[in-house]
Amino acid sequence: MTVVEQSFSLDGEDLPFQNGDSVLQAAARVGRYIPHLCWHPDFAAHGSCRICTVKVNGRPAAACTVMATPGLDVESDTEELNAQRKTLLQMLFVEGNHFCPSCEKSGNCLLQATAYQMGMEGPHFEEFYPDRPVDASHPDILLDFNRCILCELCVRASRDVDGKNLFAIGGHGIGTRLLVNSDSGRLGDTDMALADRAASICPVGVILPKRRGFVIPIGERLYDQKSVSEQAEDRS
Amino acid sequence: MLQPPSVTGHTAPDTGALLARHGHDPHALVQILRELQALQGWLPRPALAEVAAGLGLTLAHVQGVAGFYRFFHTQPVGEYRILFSDNVTDRMLGSQALMADLCRRLGVAPGRVGEDGLVSVDCSSCTGLGDQGPALLVNHHQVVTRLDAERVAQMARLIRGRVPVPQWPAEWFEVRDHVRRADVLLAEPPAPGAALAAALARGIPGMLAEMKHSNLRGRGGAGFATGLKWSLCRQAPGSEHVVVCNADEGEPGTFKDRVLLTRHADAVFDGMSIAAWLIGARQGLVYLRGEYRYLLEALQAVLQRRRDAKLLGPAILGLPGFDFDIQIHVGAGAYVCGEESSLIESLEGKRGTPRIRPPFPVQSGYLGHPTIVNNVETFCASTHIALHGGAWWAAIGTPKSAGTKIHSVSGDCERPGLYEYPFGTRIGRILEDCGAKDTQAVQVGGPSGVCLSAFEFGRRIAFEDVPTAGAFMVFDRSRDMFEVARGFAHFFAHESCGFCTPCRVGTALVVKRLDKLAAGHGSRHDIDVLFELDKLMHGVTHCGLGATACNPLRDTIAKFRPAYERHLKSLYFEPGFDLDAELSIARHMTGRDDPGAHLEKLS
Repeated sequence: MTVVEQSFSLDGEDLPFQNGDSVLQAAARVGRYIPHLCWHPDFAAHGSCRICTVKVNGRPAAACTVMATPGLDVESDTEELNAQRKTLLQMLFVEGNHFCPSCEKSGNCLLQATAYQMGMEGPHFEEFYPDRPVDASHPDILLDFNRCILCELCVRASRDVDGKNLFAIGGHGIGTRLLVNSDSGRLGDTDMALADRAASICPVGVILPKRRGFVIPIGERLYDQKSVSEQAEDRS
Repeated sequence: MLQPPSVTGHTAPDTGALLARHGHDPHALVQILRELQALQGWLPRPALAEVAAGLGLTLAHVQGVAGFYRFFHTQPVGEYRILFSDNVTDRMLGSQALMADLCRRLGVAPGRVGEDGLVSVDCSSCTGLGDQGPALLVNHHQVVTRLDAERVAQMARLIRGRVPVPQWPAEWFEVRDHVRRADVLLAEPPAPGAALAAALARGIPGMLAEMKHSNLRGRGGAGFATGLKWSLCRQAPGSEHVVVCNADEGEPGTFKDRVLLTRHADAVFDGMSIAAWLIGARQGLVYLRGEYRYLLEALQAVLQRRRDAKLLGPAILGLPGFDFDIQIHVGAGAYVCGEESSLIESLEGKRGTPRIRPPFPVQSGYLGHPTIVNNVETFCASTHIALHGGAWWAAIGTPKSAGTKIHSVSGDCERPGLYEYPFGTRIGRILEDCGAKDTQAVQVGGPSGVCLSAFEFGRRIAFEDVPTAGAFMVFDRSRDMFEVARGFAHFFAHESCGFCTPCRVGTALVVKRLDKLAAGHGSRHDIDVLFELDKLMHGVTHCGLGATACNPLRDTIAKFRPAYERHLKSLYFEPGFDLDAELSIARHMTGRDDPGAHLEKLS
């Protein structure tokens, strides 16, 4: 079987793709960085964070949900789109309670790394300061909902990989929140285990293993070594 | 004196029987929760757990669905649950003062249930009674129209006396049709089944051709060509095809579908049946918004009459293989479910979050089957096209916008109600006909539509000029258009599904800024931020709700800027709070109240 070479244009450069690829999948495969939070190469597109919004033939669309087709003209790394991304990131920061200096995820956090990448220097909007109690009921895993960006990667990993279906989304509007599936609603009453995919999938600092805080010192962490865009280039 | 809480018919529900009646089908979850709540008033966690176990779902999933819909209560509510319709037109008729009066008489705070558990009073999005407001919903079942101080006073007495709602004065529940101007759709309806017989006589290719020739475009707002949609669905591979009627008339200020379902239900069902025959569907679903629950029994009776007349069921009109029936799904308070993919999610018993498209419903819709979703009015129009032909319909209106359109007129006018005109009608003509005087603005198509100011009243209703899903709210010069926009901003924030970042957070940020302006703390910077949010949300949201959420803001800032500037305290930065008031705790703690302890007195 011969593979027909197909391509579209990303920021003026040809980008090959495979049948069924989204624009973001095709870009990730060859190490072209399109900022994203809720997308993960191992899972179907979700389309909720909107950070990957690009212009496809001049019209805005989420790169994770647009199918690649030959000849598309995709703009991503432009001043306008990056400014938009910065605003979306600021929205996510003010919506939750994000205190990077005291967060165990700092340096390994995709939200923080993407904010650095987009040149975010402050929250811009007024903070919401929501009241979101932590769930420390599980012996090995801490849930800190203050940092949740509702990407649903844990929902998807627990359902589709672990087969445990431990999470769901509840509420609506600005009150939308992550739910834990147990009679009490607490993680301690579930069979979640550290080896679960859901335990390591969180791109921010909601789902954290206990008793491992700062094992890797700040300064030596993933995004301390290389920026999120450089990491993307390395992964191809 | 203790009385059994029997006034609203609350009994210990037999959840098992309820689940069995729905065949333990997880896709019936929203209907099951509705019926369960109707039995016991609210949805306690153990009840959700029982439903989850009975349907093979997780408790968190069921909790997530229950928490999505505004009409489901996972916390205790009153035996009487009063929801005031909170559209701007209700407010203009004094709904806020009436609600405050009812709360005062009953001794409850809005949104809270009283200590005796008797009653809770809160607001709801537009209930579709803008021509006879202020209106309210009782127990998510009955509606009370034309509220006034006397009705509110009497209602408080009835509730205190625990008088069952069905024993309240019958005239309170009267919902009038108010058909002020009828063209083809609102005129005398055709005999039930006549259009269906006419369609069968034309044959499938012939009827599809008539639909395409008619140039009929969807009446729900998006304006997709109906004939094309039906052809695409017919061609889509799949063992089952499904017809869905979108009767989730949630756009504030719209109430035409309520009247069509009241007076012309057979025309709607004829249209659905014609569509079913064309696309090869055996299953039909009507998504009736929860606010229209009171229409359910009458609609069920029409469906039964049609079954008895062989217009529904097996071998319709004696045609072997033409098997089709219609079920009614009642919503539970979620504007976003008017978006067709959210509506399908809701029909499947899930949270009404819009799907990623493609695939479009015509390819993969309800339970993955090729599905057409059309508005109530679109199905009515199809019925008339089957009777009179596509060329006849195409000759009405303008070349690009064929046929007639029904407008739900409300607000500052003498004769609110339904007005049906051919496309191409001037805005000013509608204003003249409804008796609007000294008009400042018209919100056409609801909050997600467009706000027109007086110099635009020569424009015409048409897809190519002023498109509309049917709302027509009139504001005279006494109205503060800033307050109108602020009301709509609260509406969108209340109705955001919460899925995507820009809509979930953006609608809340818009509300914060407008409330800040309303409180007198606004600055020019806030208006710049509002522009920025508007621009962002137009481009990056997951669905149309977020994309249009800033429309009223953008239109009113552009056209009624003085209304905003009246609220600006200074042209420079102003804090979002009162600095001096914030010092009151420090004054209290230090026991000081001298001039030096007050900010404005320092200088």
